[in-house]
Amino acid sequence: MIMPSRAYTADTDLKLAVVTDTDIVTTRQEGRRFASALSFSSSDLTVIAAAISEIARNLVSYAGRGEVWIRQAERDGRRGIEIEARDHGPGIRDVSLALQDGYSTSGSLGLGLPGARRLMDEFEIQSEVGKGTVVVMRMWTR
Amino acid sequence: MRHFTVSSAEPTSDVLSELVAHLRRNRAQLREEWMRRISASRLLTSMTQEEIFAEATSVFDNYVEVLETGSVEALQAYARDLSERIIPRGVDTPEVLGIVLLLRDVLARSLFEKYQGDFALLNGVLDAYEPAANRIATTVAVGFVQERERVIRQQQEAIRELSTPVLQVRERLLILPIIGVVDSERARQLTEQLLHGVRSNRAKVVVMDITGVPAVDAIVANHFVQTVEAARLLGATVIVTGLSPEIAQTLVTIGVDLTKMNTVGDLQGGIEEAERVLGYTVLNRRNGPPHMDPAQVS
Amino acid sequence: MSASGGIAALAARTRRTGMPVPILKRGEYLIASIQSTLSDADLIRLRDDVLVQVAHHRSRGVIVDVTVLDIMDSFAVRTLSALAQMITLRGAETVIVGIQPDVAFAMVQLGLTLSGVATALDLEEGLAYLDDHAKQSVHGGHGSEAGRRN
Repeated sequence: MIMPSRAYTADTDLKLAVVTDTDIVTTRQEGRRFASALSFSSSDLTVIAAAISEIARNLVSYAGRGEVWIRQAERDGRRGIEIEARDHGPGIRDVSLALQDGYSTSGSLGLGLPGARRLMDEFEIQSEVGKGTVVVMRMWTR
Repeated sequence: MRHFTVSSAEPTSDVLSELVAHLRRNRAQLREEWMRRISASRLLTSMTQEEIFAEATSVFDNYVEVLETGSVEALQAYARDLSERIIPRGVDTPEVLGIVLLLRDVLARSLFEKYQGDFALLNGVLDAYEPAANRIATTVAVGFVQERERVIRQQQEAIRELSTPVLQVRERLLILPIIGVVDSERARQLTEQLLHGVRSNRAKVVVMDITGVPAVDAIVANHFVQTVEAARLLGATVIVTGLSPEIAQTLVTIGVDLTKMNTVGDLQGGIEEAERVLGYTVLNRRNGPPHMDPAQVS
Repeated sequence: MSASGGIAALAARTRRTGMPVPILKRGEYLIASIQSTLSDADLIRLRDDVLVQVAHHRSRGVIVDVTVLDIMDSFAVRTLSALAQMITLRGAETVIVGIQPDVAFAMVQLGLTLSGVATALDLEEGLAYLDDHAKQSVHGGHGSEAGRRN
């Protein structure tokens, strides 16, 4: 197989388990590394890392544990990064309420979801009480 | 001659490997023929013969490789790689499509020639070749266009950045004159420029003049508020000048929190205010009487 | 942080293995110089360590240098804000220095403005801020513009 002249290291998905607070750091560092192969500006890389940190922290404090997938996205000729966070925790009864600033039931400030949504270009969330939550967010290169 | 059953319903991988082997065996003369056709069609005129030969070799080999594997990722990677190499050479979209189609034709003719004795077999071979070749052409063209759009976007960003210089006027004082429409994208860029300017110039005050911004709505105003807050985190004050009282009133009515912004009428006033802030700092650090004499600040 | 535990309990908690953030003493000031990315537990330990040291040395000012941090997320901001508040209760000043431009940008987008906590560009500016503020608080003077506090 002939390799093209530039190595595309962002071809494979990353899957990370998030259980402890050190996993939050690992996940956002892996996310930053993954995104840096996609020609994001350094400012965007920091924003992406911050969003991942918030989402991962949300997994740990609200659901106890979860998984984060990091993959490359493509749409209309643009490349981007897609991050999916999945847990089988209690689920969120009122998603729109959870997306408001300052809302929290776990005692922390609850910035995770609304914060990440403000940072990223796209943000989708699905949750079912008793089943868990899925968050998908994307940022596109300029 | 090898005999194999071909019909459009059957997998064509055997046929494909057969024809790929044929294309590889005749690599040199097929490449020659392709280059001859490129010249005849007056394509790639911005490149020298040596350059064309070098690219043609790599493109030909990749083309045959992709024919063989059919891998989509490899295809897209190949298209991006090719585009990145030739866009700086001034090659445009019709040319790229043109040379890929010429290669398709050259290879197809070669297959006609080889299998012309058996019409059914030729059909089978073309059944395998055509979809693969067409997919390559499409992917290369689309990849090229996308790459060009990306380059243009980057150039636009660079132009936008050049059009808003961060000026160091005095020690620790920067001026950022903003002229023209500010959308979210430009606001983000301005904030980045301002913050990086603060750090590299070790500025303590930035006068951001928005007299030349035609429209300041709530979204833009909020971007400016964010800029002020971010600069504060780097230890710098931002003085916003050129925000007319009328616009300020409108924004406050909408609910924008302007108390976080230090606003002064015009640029001159803003610079004076900035000097006052800086002078106060310098004087206060000395162990002298706690009064302030602005005239001593130069 | 429980009031009944006190400084002794804090000191006990901080006797751990690992690589804590070095805290240097410079006259009446302390400088906590973060060397690498901190997990949540590291941040808590930093908070506790600084409080122990402030009490021990009766410091007038604390500088927390976050130059190497590639992000400051909600937990980091919460913890440092809480630290600054607790230090204020001991009559001392806190300055956070070295927030990087990209980090500051992401922070304000997340709505984390570190309001109520003084910030400065770097160590030099941070020390200048403390010179202007920490001593004045003894004499009851007013603050200057050397650092920025919201």
